[in-house]
Amino acid sequence: MQKYSIFSLIKNAFSNHEKWDLAWKDPNPKSEYDAVIIGGGGHGLATAYYLAKEHKITNIAVIEKGWIGGGNIGRNTTIIRSNFMYDDNARFNEFGMNLWRNMSQELNFNVMFSPRGIINLAHSDAQMNAYARRGNSMRLNGIDAVLLNRDEVKKIIPMADFSEDVRYPIFGGLAQPSAGTARHDAVAWGYARQADSMGVDIIQNCEVTGFDVSGGKILGVRTSRGDIKTKKIGLCVAGSTNILAEKLNMTLPIETHLLQACVSEPVKPVLDGVVTFGAGHFYISQSDKGEMVMGGDLDGYNSYAQKGNLPTIQHVLTGGIALFPFLSRLKMLRTWGGIMDMSMDGSPIIDKTHIEGLYLNCGWCYGGFKSVPSSGWTFAHTIAQDRVHELNEGFSLDRFSKGYLLDEKGLGTKTWIS
Amino acid sequence: MLNIKCPYCGDRSQKEFAYGGDGTVVRPQLNQEVTDEKWDEFVYLRKSPRGKHIELWHHIAGCRQWFRVQRDTVTHEIFKTAKINEEIK
Repeated sequence: MQKYSIFSLIKNAFSNHEKWDLAWKDPNPKSEYDAVIIGGGGHGLATAYYLAKEHKITNIAVIEKGWIGGGNIGRNTTIIRSNFMYDDNARFNEFGMNLWRNMSQELNFNVMFSPRGIINLAHSDAQMNAYARRGNSMRLNGIDAVLLNRDEVKKIIPMADFSEDVRYPIFGGLAQPSAGTARHDAVAWGYARQADSMGVDIIQNCEVTGFDVSGGKILGVRTSRGDIKTKKIGLCVAGSTNILAEKLNMTLPIETHLLQACVSEPVKPVLDGVVTFGAGHFYISQSDKGEMVMGGDLDGYNSYAQKGNLPTIQHVLTGGIALFPFLSRLKMLRTWGGIMDMSMDGSPIIDKTHIEGLYLNCGWCYGGFKSVPSSGWTFAHTIAQDRVHELNEGFSLDRFSKGYLLDEKGLGTKTWIS
Repeated sequence: MLNIKCPYCGDRSQKEFAYGGDGTVVRPQLNQEVTDEKWDEFVYLRKSPRGKHIELWHHIAGCRQWFRVQRDTVTHEIFKTAKINEEIK
């Protein structure tokens, strides 16, 4: 594989950049693989990469219905954080933070990881107390957390509405300075390119039509481009998990919902980190191009449409303007939507299943992007070793029936409620 | 914007309603021995179909009645709405 560097850039300049190698090949599916990963998004590609790199399993295929990186890895708002209270979530995502920090070097692909910090704003004394508790829990797990008072927040985001007579005055906030953003498409492409270079087949436009299961064991997968024999299948299809589960006669603790995001026209730098509004459903950051990247609530009803309705955008931006009044003067550049696996406690599932050789990676709710490296790493371990790693043992499928829920937000089973 | 026909009030904007989730889930009978599997099914497991979905909605900024809606989860088209004691087939 051609290494990307300043020297290869100069060298290729002489040939008008027409002789770069393809970043990944476009192979036809073979009839048999040691493992097949279904879903060519961030999680699937990362899983394939770590299977090849950490476990030396390279006779694998990633099969993708559309094109790689066309799902939620290309639709999210690129926020990376590990500000979780529960140990299982905190350790898992902090492990991922370390992978994020080295990702550009490791993948030889600039994912533009930018640890610009996140602030969750608090709008009442009770919320400040809750954040103090969460911050302390984070610090016990070695994650940086700083409780900010009103004046400290004002220094960081002076353009927020700090007047006294607003409905939700800013009391302070909880910051994680090491959190940040990254270029989401580059993450998918970087993992794909490295996985491909180690021998992984990335097969696009290949839709799963069924599974070969016999005697409680996976024997293969049927696709629109032919049948593939394999003993191990990893399912990384957040948003479509329920559709494939139905083909496997499984019912999962997951509902599929729709989440929208939007960006404004680009403006000069005004916001250097990520800010979440603790009273409404709104969060915002500014991209390197200058666009204000904003998101908020789910549309709130089961949906497989990758586009949303306007009332939700209006609701989200009402909160946005209450927090940052200057937003009202910006034009909207575009809005888009993606479909989420909403698990019944708001935390993901990375586990084996009752079918031998079938592994499940799903339930990412609206927070799958930040977990791409840690999910890929632990899922690769789970598939290769046929047992969960201690980092993902809390994300078991049977935690629901056993009562070991990871309800970070305490919303109960209706995680889509607003 | 969804346009939802409340069985009591008629066509109204989506903004007047709150979603209540899968309308086909049945609570296990009261005062009976319920197995762990049945509880698990009732509380956590959802089919979440792609296509026609029967769901609960609450006319929260209107008559405050709960009712059932049959809606397509891909196109968001609403086929039928019915009072809670009526069947949708």
